[in-house]
Amino acid sequence: MNWLATVDPIFGDRGHVGLAIFVIVLVKCLVGLGLLMTSVIVMIWFERKAISDMQSRIGPQRWGPFGLLQTLADGLKLLLKEDLIPSEADRTVFKLAPFLVLVPAIITFGLVPIGGEMTIAGHKVLLQVANPPMGILLLLAMSGISVYGVMLAGWSSGSKYPLLSSVRASAQMISYEAALGMTIVTVVLVTGSLSVHNIVTSQSHGIWHWNLIRLGIVPFVVFVIAITAELNRPPFDVVEAESELVGGFHTEYSSFRFAIFFLAEYMNTITMSAIIVTLFLGGPAGWAPNVPHLKWLFPIAWFLLKTIGFAFCYIWFRASLPRFRYDQVMDLGWKRLIPLSLGWMLIVAGFLVAKGWGFMMAAVVLVAYSVLTRAFSLGQSREVGADSVLPIVGGRPLPGEVLRSMTDEESD
Amino acid sequence: MIASVFVYSNANVLVFATSALLILAGAIGVISVKNPVHAALCLIMTLFGVAVAFVAQSADFLAAVQIIVYAGAIVVLFLFVIMFLGVDRREHIHFEPLVGQRAFAAVGVAITVGGLIALMARSHWVSGATSVTTKLSKVGGGNVKELGTAVFTTYLFAFEATAALLIIAVVGAVLLARRERPTHGEESA
Repeated sequence: MNWLATVDPIFGDRGHVGLAIFVIVLVKCLVGLGLLMTSVIVMIWFERKAISDMQSRIGPQRWGPFGLLQTLADGLKLLLKEDLIPSEADRTVFKLAPFLVLVPAIITFGLVPIGGEMTIAGHKVLLQVANPPMGILLLLAMSGISVYGVMLAGWSSGSKYPLLSSVRASAQMISYEAALGMTIVTVVLVTGSLSVHNIVTSQSHGIWHWNLIRLGIVPFVVFVIAITAELNRPPFDVVEAESELVGGFHTEYSSFRFAIFFLAEYMNTITMSAIIVTLFLGGPAGWAPNVPHLKWLFPIAWFLLKTIGFAFCYIWFRASLPRFRYDQVMDLGWKRLIPLSLGWMLIVAGFLVAKGWGFMMAAVVLVAYSVLTRAFSLGQSREVGADSVLPIVGGRPLPGEVLRSMTDEESD
Repeated sequence: MIASVFVYSNANVLVFATSALLILAGAIGVISVKNPVHAALCLIMTLFGVAVAFVAQSADFLAAVQIIVYAGAIVVLFLFVIMFLGVDRREHIHFEPLVGQRAFAAVGVAITVGGLIALMARSHWVSGATSVTTKLSKVGGGNVKELGTAVFTTYLFAFEATAALLIIAVVGAVLLARRERPTHGEESA
């Protein structure tokens, strides 16, 4: 059982789990969940207030001081609404899907180190709900699982529009997962460990050791863009596009099940802000004065400050950036971010081996990019038309004129 | 064989029982459920069970990769196909699209089961191999380093061959999906 000790120093070397340890772990889980729930409530209020300010409106103001209780009121209203299940729905999957989104959102937050270490009752406690050896890979695994929630929610509704939207949403999420994974690999390469705790401690020696600077700015930028697309938040919210579409994959959902989707979305926003901070901005690293007994407080404050900064950035994105068209979303993901993150990963790996290898990798990557650019321009100038579309299998093919008007803009 | 079960502590037995239950229930579900989407979900359950089994044997990296690659990518593609082709309602089980596929399936199952039994008879009772990387002494550390070394030294050829195979599949798919207009721009004028 001594593998537990490598997961978390609290378990010690003997592998004996006593009552004290059990209670500490339980409290950690509960505090983590409570923190997440509270921050969701605050985040929703914060988003509405900030966006109202940016749009010269007042925003929520009736419930509680500064409208702080507005979210609770909305939640209560959702709970009291009728729980509808469409007659064509696949009932089991329809009920399962919201939880496939919610559970990964909660688990991912468990990875985030909120502070440094603390000593409680003689036990060293990591201020992190869990520090599994697979570490940051759990983030990718969980974002892979949440794709199912979105996909099955749309499919099980038994309605065409949610199905279309869920296919679009899951395609978007899968597309950006590749770039996401590649940037995480650069972080893992420079850390030499998958564990989130090690990722944070390796950045704790000052601002020049933060991965943001250590890896060049590129992985950070790619990561932020990719994670925004994973979250389906503006400017990548063509999945929902509340001002244009019916409502995306959760059109048929109401009441508590809809509330779960809503909750999970905001949980993910907060978690991903925290993950950005963890991976690239040193997590809880920052200046701390030497105050006795309160030294553990400053890392937490730094962490919260940085995370709130990124949460605000997401709100800012939403207020200021226009929505991407769907083909632009796909172009950005596949043609820009994936080659960029892959090339950068190779260069980082090269520099980690030796300087010479690094420059060689950079040269190779540059050559590859120029070939890729040429290929893209060739592909774009390619003729598209009726003959470039495959005939429909098993069905009656569309009449030529209709097909041509759908695919050829100029030739008409 | 039985003796080594008792070496395991209670917690490990619990984990093993859970993962075995997940794997078996999922696997039975895949072949017995009528709806293809439900079958895909059962497949995910099996893959999760395997991941839990990996974690129980300190193969954390494999567990994560299992979820990311199989559950996160491959089964999603299955679901895409099922949704797009609309085969998600009813399947005709009595109709055989390939003549004699049942015989082939029986042969395939026999070969697989025989191989598994042969593998189990010759090596460790639970993992099927003594160890691909090193001894599992460095438990819990997420044996990424050993795995990486093994893949890029001992099994380099197999690794690169797999990579080439995947590239060929991608290029082939693009070639099949893409159709160039035979005469360039003559009819559009």
